[in-house]
Amino acid sequence: MSRKEKTWWWIGGVAILVYCLFPIAWIVSVSLKAPSDLASGGFLPNNATFDNYSQILTGDASDLFLPALRNSFGICLIATAISCLLAMFAAYAIARLDFPGKKLILSTALVVAIFPVISIVTPLFNVWRQIGLYDTWPGLIIPYLSLTLPISIWTMSAFFREIPWEMEQAAQVDGATTWQAFRKVIVPLAAPGVFTTAIIAFFIAWNDFVYGISLTSTSAARPVPAALGLFSGASQFEDPTGAIAAAAVIVTIPVVVLVLLFQRRIVAGLTNGAVKG
Amino acid sequence: MTQTTLPPVEKTQPVSAPHGTISDRSRAERKLGWLLAGPAFLVMLAVTAYPILQAVYESLFSYRLTDPDNRSFNGLANYWVVLSDSLWWTSLGVTMLITVITVAVELVLGFALAMVMAKALKSIRPVVRAAILIPYAVITVVSAFAWQFAFDINTGFVNSWFAWLPGVSGDTDWFGGQGTSLFVICLAEIWKTTPFISLLLLAGLAQVPEVLQEAAKVDGATWWQRLWKVTLPNMKAAIMVALLFRTLDAFRVFDSIFIMTNGANNTESVSFLAYRQTISRLEIGLGSAVSVLLFLCVVLLAAMFIKGFKVDLASARGEG
Repeated sequence: MSRKEKTWWWIGGVAILVYCLFPIAWIVSVSLKAPSDLASGGFLPNNATFDNYSQILTGDASDLFLPALRNSFGICLIATAISCLLAMFAAYAIARLDFPGKKLILSTALVVAIFPVISIVTPLFNVWRQIGLYDTWPGLIIPYLSLTLPISIWTMSAFFREIPWEMEQAAQVDGATTWQAFRKVIVPLAAPGVFTTAIIAFFIAWNDFVYGISLTSTSAARPVPAALGLFSGASQFEDPTGAIAAAAVIVTIPVVVLVLLFQRRIVAGLTNGAVKG
Repeated sequence: MTQTTLPPVEKTQPVSAPHGTISDRSRAERKLGWLLAGPAFLVMLAVTAYPILQAVYESLFSYRLTDPDNRSFNGLANYWVVLSDSLWWTSLGVTMLITVITVAVELVLGFALAMVMAKALKSIRPVVRAAILIPYAVITVVSAFAWQFAFDINTGFVNSWFAWLPGVSGDTDWFGGQGTSLFVICLAEIWKTTPFISLLLLAGLAQVPEVLQEAAKVDGATWWQRLWKVTLPNMKAAIMVALLFRTLDAFRVFDSIFIMTNGANNTESVSFLAYRQTISRLEIGLGSAVSVLLFLCVVLLAAMFIKGFKVDLASARGEG
C-alpha cells in the first residue's frame, strides 16, 4: 500500500471514530450542563457540573431512577440466563446430533427474531392484567425470552459447530472418564461461545422499550429505558433534560465497558463465526 | 411431550440415514435431539405463537378495557374500521418511508464503513472495531434522546452550527413539522443501526476470494469495475441477509418516534398506532386488529424477500 493510500484509510478510520462517538460525547456534555447552560446553543458546557448526576443518584429523581436500574439489571440478567441455558441444550443438539427438525428449530428462531414486538404486547397487556403478571418481574422476563432466545440459539449453534468435538473421544482414549472429558475438554472450548452469546442477548434485553412501557405501571418492575422515556422531571417546573442525559450516560456505561472488554468476541458472535474473531 | 412436535418420519428423514429401516442408534439420537432442543422450541412458540393467536381472537371483538360489560363479537368490523381510516394509511406510509430511506442509506454507508474497516491499518483496527460496536450497543432510547437534544430548538447545537445552510436558522423548529421530524428520526435510526449492517458486510467482504481480486487487477480492471464485477457479486448472500434483517427491523420502528415526537405531526408508525390504541386508549379490539395487520405486513415482507430475492438464509449463514 502506498503512503498516500495509507493516509486515506487512516482518515477513514478516524472518520468512523468521530461518527460513532460524537452523539455519545454530546449526551455526556448535556449531562454536565447546568440548567442555565442548557439553552446556550453550544456543544460543550460553559461550567461543567455534576448536579444532574447527584439529582438522579441521591436527589429528587433518585426514587425514579434507582429502582429502574435495579429492575433492568435483575430482569435482563435473569432473562439472559434462562435463554442461554435453553439455547445451550438446543445448540448442542443442532451442532452435534443428526435429527429431523433442525431446520424447523432454526427457522422458528428466525421468525421469532423478526416478529413485531408490538404484536406480542397487545394481547399480553390484557392477559397479564387478568392473571396478575402485569407490572411484575416475571411479567417482563417471559416476553423478554422472545427477544433473547432466538438470537441465543443462532449465535450459540454457530459457535458450537466450530468446536472440535473429536477431542472428547481423544481424551477418553487417553484414559479420561466421560465426565472428565466433558469438563476438562468440552467446557473450556464451549465457554467462550456461551459467554459471547450471553453478552449479545443481554444487550438486546437491555435495549427493550416496548415491553417496558406497556407491561409496567410503577417502579415495581419498570426498566430503565421505559423510566427514561416516561420521565418528565422531579417536579413540573423543572426541565428534565439534564437529568435524562445523566441517566442516559449511566445506563450507557455498562454496555461501553462490555464492548471495550470483549469487542473481538462480540463481533465474531454477531457475524456468527463468518469472520474469524 | 416432544413426540407430538415430530414431523412425519418418512418425509424428513436425514439423507444420511439408510432408506427404509431406522437403526436404534439414529432413533436414540433423534429422541435425544428433540429432548434437548424441545424446551427452547416450545418456549419460542409459547412467547410468540400464543400471543399472536390471542391477538387474532381479540381482534374479532368490540372490546374496550374500561367498558368490559359491552364486549361483543363483531367479526371483521375492527379490520374494516382500521383499514378505512386514514390514520392507518398515514402510519403505514410513514413506516414504509422510514424503512426505505434508512435501509437504503445504511446499505451504502455500511458498505463504506466495512471497506474502511477491512483496509484499516492493524494499529487502529481494534479501536475502530470497538467504536463501531458502541452505537449498536447503546440503548435506542438513549440515542433518540441524544439526537433530539441536538436538534431541539432550546437545548440543541445544530441550529447554531448549521445556520449557514439555507433553511436553517436560530429558530428552526425541527420537531414542528412532519418532514423535518422524520428527517431527524431517520438520522437517529441510521446512526444506531448502520454499524450492525457494516459488520455483516465486513464478514461478507472477508469471503470474497483474494485471488479473484488479483486476477481482475492483472487484467487491468479499475477499482470501480472490480467493486461491481468482483466484490459485490461475491458477497451477495451477506448483502441479502443484512437487507432482510434491517428491513424487518426498521419496519417495527417505535422507540425513536415515541421519544422524539410522541407521534405528533403525522409521524406515527404502525407499531406506534397499535401501541396507542391498546395501551393508551385501551381499545383492545382495535389495537389487536392493528397488531395482526402489522404482523401480516412483516410476514408479507419476509416472504417477498425469501421468494423474490431467493435469499437462502441457511446457506448464507453456513448452515448448508
